[in-house]
Amino acid sequence: MAKANYEVENRAPEPSRLGAEDKSATGVIDEEAPEHTDTEELHKDHEAVKEAQKSRLSGIDRDSLIDLYHQMLLVRRFEEKSAEAYSSGKIGGFCHLYIGQEAVGIGAISAIRKDDYVLCSYREHAHAIAKGMSPESVMAELYGKAGGCSKGKGGSMHMFDKEVNFLGGHGIVGGQIPLATGVAFASKYKGTDQVTLCFFGEAAVNQGAFHESLNMAQLWKLPCIYICENNQYGMGTSLARAMSSQDISQKACAYDIASEFVDGMDVLAVREATMRAVERARKDYLPTLLEVRTYRFMGHSMSDPGNYRTRAEIERHQERDPIKLFAASLKEEGVLKDSDFQRIEAEVSEQVEKALLFAEESPLPDPDELFTDVYANPIEPGKR
Amino acid sequence: MAVVTMREALNQALREEMLRDENVFLMGEEVAAYDGAYKVTKGLLAELGDKRVIDTPITELGFAGLGVGAAMAGLRPIVEFMTFNFSILATDQIINSAAKMLYMSGGQFKIPIVFRGPGGSAFQVSSQHSQAIESWFAYFPGLKVVMPSTPADAKGLLKSAIRDDDPVIFIEQERMYGNKGEVPDDVDFTIPLGVADVKREGKDATIVARSLMVPVALKAAELLEKEGVFCEVIDPRTIRPLDIGTIIESVKKTNRVVVAEESHPFCGVGAEIASEITERAFDYLDAPVKRVSGADVPMPYAKNLEDRAIPGVEQIVAAVREVSYL
Repeated sequence: MAKANYEVENRAPEPSRLGAEDKSATGVIDEEAPEHTDTEELHKDHEAVKEAQKSRLSGIDRDSLIDLYHQMLLVRRFEEKSAEAYSSGKIGGFCHLYIGQEAVGIGAISAIRKDDYVLCSYREHAHAIAKGMSPESVMAELYGKAGGCSKGKGGSMHMFDKEVNFLGGHGIVGGQIPLATGVAFASKYKGTDQVTLCFFGEAAVNQGAFHESLNMAQLWKLPCIYICENNQYGMGTSLARAMSSQDISQKACAYDIASEFVDGMDVLAVREATMRAVERARKDYLPTLLEVRTYRFMGHSMSDPGNYRTRAEIERHQERDPIKLFAASLKEEGVLKDSDFQRIEAEVSEQVEKALLFAEESPLPDPDELFTDVYANPIEPGKR
Repeated sequence: MAVVTMREALNQALREEMLRDENVFLMGEEVAAYDGAYKVTKGLLAELGDKRVIDTPITELGFAGLGVGAAMAGLRPIVEFMTFNFSILATDQIINSAAKMLYMSGGQFKIPIVFRGPGGSAFQVSSQHSQAIESWFAYFPGLKVVMPSTPADAKGLLKSAIRDDDPVIFIEQERMYGNKGEVPDDVDFTIPLGVADVKREGKDATIVARSLMVPVALKAAELLEKEGVFCEVIDPRTIRPLDIGTIIESVKKTNRVVVAEESHPFCGVGAEIASEITERAFDYLDAPVKRVSGADVPMPYAKNLEDRAIPGVEQIVAAVREVSYL
């Protein structure tokens, strides 16, 4: 079996690793400073990425391609509407949007079965929907309504659905990594061939939980796929300011785990890398670490003014919008026509409107729900 | 009934419950090949195999979280902390994951897990290895907290904890592993969680004691009886949920209460019990509730200082005299 980093040739070339490297160590961003972006170089890079994606199209049937595009657009529009609902006070608390990162969750989850497990951080609305939860139940949860997937008790950061093996939404950075390792442990203990996908941001890699989990996963050969969504910022702190060695996929070496570096703006690249990892996990109970380089177009959460990065930097990444890229590939290869795009946009719009309507109309949790679900086996003290 | 040590009683409970349900597995540092740092898990690897009895790296946060994840996926883990001092590294997974998963998933994911191991003061191991932290865990809704004081209670309560569908913190007292007592050998013997036990009946004063303080309180009661003061000794056994009803019934009879504990007094379980008594039985009290707690300092190494930090018979006797105005 392959040793750590056996897929080194899959590493992205340097020019596509935009972002963290050019940040000053202080993190102070001067809006007036000249941008060193070479637009011609950038354009060439985009074309190369697109050609790479187009070369992958032939391996997938048309319906699956349409489904991938549909899901990416659905979660984009879902998040845009969530932002609106947050701004108008319908959604409270924290609300971490996935805009810009769609290719990661959608691509990876498209590579697993319905009975496989998914665990996420608090930026998980899209993963929940991709795993098969209804946009209605996710939006109603954001609204804190009884019809929400967690009965309105979890909110944005704690989406759960046992029916589709979506095991949360976890709010402490890196907290889901040992949990996912335990879910994978249970699959092996029970002798099933279910795999577990564990999503987390790159900031979680600095937590002990990450290192403790990877060590045990390889030590005990657990079918867990660790997907680091490297969006290059832990809240407002750039990777360069937070991580001494910023090559995350290389950290797998310390635990002898197979790893890959993946372009997170290319949904098909993510899907293919995940499929390779899934095969290792299903057949041989082996874990994998995927470092998926992506970028979030919005702030860390809805309350983040985002003054730690320049408009120019964000725009440069928006040029590589994973949905725009995929749409261009599908169109240029003749998979979808303009009328198809319009039809999908309309379908998605209808789905999101339906979710909003459901959330609006869903009742508030019964006040007595405050006291339910604390214990699975509530004990009346003193009762023998 | 056979007379066995607390250590053996716990071992019997683990063995019986693992034989009863193959979804129960045991993991922790040195639990398998080494037969347990305190030999509580002795012989389990040999009998049950390395799928069920698993040595972990020294990685408390990691294996505590792994256990919670395994419970989410349908297993029933028993996670041993070599001592509860090391559970401090795992508190994020115990509190933020285990205690809250059922609630924040709207009732979908129960966490049937037992976190167990020795806690409280040990013999001359200084500040980091000798402390009682049950009040931390007891603070959180979603957790159950159990502290046995006899071998029979240890066995019956551990079996109930393993069969329970909620996360249970099961704190054994390191100094009490060698204590002996009669233990039923019936595999169906269990003791329900949340039920206090009257360890000694009396009419003049109530001593509420848990874990290490139970035998100390019983000794104090013996001495006081010679002076004509008959103490009732109540062991809550389960800290959360607390069987306050049994304590209140006793207070209504004796009108005087001493709460004995080896933990620090500030924000402790004793403070909670005193508060509950004041709220529920103020009119029955003939004296303020008196706490006897461990010294409010980190545990020292020197034997004479350590002895002074842990409540003994004399302090409990003095406290009972104080509430009795003797």
